Amino acid sequence: MTDALSADAPVALPATDHEAEARNAARNHRRRVLFWRWFILALMLGGWELAGQMGWIDEFFYSRPSLIAVRLWQWATEGVDGISLWYHLWVTMEESLIGFFTGAIAGVLVGVALGRNRLAADVFSVYIKVINSIPRVVLAPIFIMLFGLGLASKVALAFVMVFFVVFSNAFQGVREADRALIANAQILGASPWQLTRSVIIPSAMSWIFASLHVSFGFAIVGAIVGEFVGSRYGIGLLINVAKGSFDAAGMYAAIVIIMLVALGVEQIMTLIEHRLAKWRPAPLQETA
Amino acid sequence: MSDAQGPAVELIDVARRFVTPDGKAVAALRDFNMSVARGEFVALVGPTGCGKSTTLNLVTGLARPSRGTVRVFGKEVDGIDPRIGFAFQTDALFPWRNVIDNVAAGPLFRGMAKADAMELARKWLARVNLSGHESKYPHQLSGGMRKRVALAQTFINEPQILLMDEPFSALDAQTRVLMHEELMALWQQNRSSVIFVTHDLEEAIALADRVFVLTSGPATVKNVYTIDLPRPRVVSEIRYEPKFIEISHTIWNDLREEVQRGAAAQERAA
Repeated sequence: MTDALSADAPVALPATDHEAEARNAARNHRRRVLFWRWFILALMLGGWELAGQMGWIDEFFYSRPSLIAVRLWQWATEGVDGISLWYHLWVTMEESLIGFFTGAIAGVLVGVALGRNRLAADVFSVYIKVINSIPRVVLAPIFIMLFGLGLASKVALAFVMVFFVVFSNAFQGVREADRALIANAQILGASPWQLTRSVIIPSAMSWIFASLHVSFGFAIVGAIVGEFVGSRYGIGLLINVAKGSFDAAGMYAAIVIIMLVALGVEQIMTLIEHRLAKWRPAPLQETA
Repeated sequence: MSDAQGPAVELIDVARRFVTPDGKAVAALRDFNMSVARGEFVALVGPTGCGKSTTLNLVTGLARPSRGTVRVFGKEVDGIDPRIGFAFQTDALFPWRNVIDNVAAGPLFRGMAKADAMELARKWLARVNLSGHESKYPHQLSGGMRKRVALAQTFINEPQILLMDEPFSALDAQTRVLMHEELMALWQQNRSSVIFVTHDLEEAIALADRVFVLTSGPATVKNVYTIDLPRPRVVSEIRYEPKFIEISHTIWNDLREEVQRGAAAQERAA
């Protein structure tokens, strides 16, 4: 492996051999990683299934991968209590997405505004700290009471979950903006608004994106907790119903659905980030 | 500009104090007097941390004098003057903009139409020999190339006053000489007034018409030397001329004392 690192060595190696070797090493590495990933997954699911089949763990509480798969298939094809699974999923997604976008936009706007205004930041920081110290889920019953069992209460909960994370990162990002870049833009002729748009926000962008990654997960948490507390549709309701009827497979099935959705959104977010951040230096290619 | 013959920049009896975060008042400048004529290239040399950069911030309007007057073209400084260009010590290119968007930033900020600004930026990139690199991002360029982009970004606004804060100090010695040539070529065409801050005495002599030697902080002007080396100068050769060496020797004798005093003061503070 040390050979692959000696690219800078003054002695010229036959370049083609050297490059081919590095490529091979990289491919082998990828294959090995992939193999172990699938192997561990198979081992865990297989072990769970076996333990359930053999009665080492109580199926009633822990269910089994095959039972969960069957339940997923049932839900997907027949629906749950006469309502399509996709409708439940759509309701949860709608709540999460609206909460996520409104929370993120509000977080960025307020973060940038306070980051740019020293006085406002000093005045409001104490309130934000106080509100931020409230565990967000305790607001769920209040929102249900205020906004009812429908969409609005879950959106409100998802919103507060997302808002504070995005806000504090946007605020920090604005504060960390390079003084020299700001001075440069000002001397080049940027107005305060141009300065915010073309220097402050781009330089806060990597901070904001870091928060967006985690906060979509928070939006889903908000929506589902809201559905636990009171709702007519949604994945949270499915979990609640499954709990009520001691349907372990149902609970795990709902978790699997949420997991898949969260992973998918995470992928999309990473794609968008890569597209927006093409100006950033690529991470060093590991050769070995 | 009623008095077309007046100086471009004047600092009259200027003092600048500021308060550090831990509440101590620090004086950066005292009784500072300087006048820069139109089209003149002036260099400020002085020991590290003596307050050289502060003078530039006062001229841009990013900082205010505690006492005294700072004038640009006869008018007291009040905010950022659009006729001023600034070259930074650190990399001040916008990393999220590609090369051409960086160069076009000034005209775009100032309200030029996008197509015209791009056209103009292309012209300036050609002038600093960076045609063909338009769509690269700053991190893909070498240190010298980034500095050339930065120069194009500054010169595209056609500043009448150019302030330079140790712009080449981060470059290696060879690249620095190339950048001196580049700067001389650009300045030859634009003939703005330049205030060039540096701690490199040879750089100052090679480039400037007059060299101001500053005292260790709080800085004031100790002596002013007129450099009567003929122009156009070949910066890479000039440092071997006997006259250059003679001037350099004279000024260094003057400067050395301040450098030693400055270093001693810094050690005491540490």
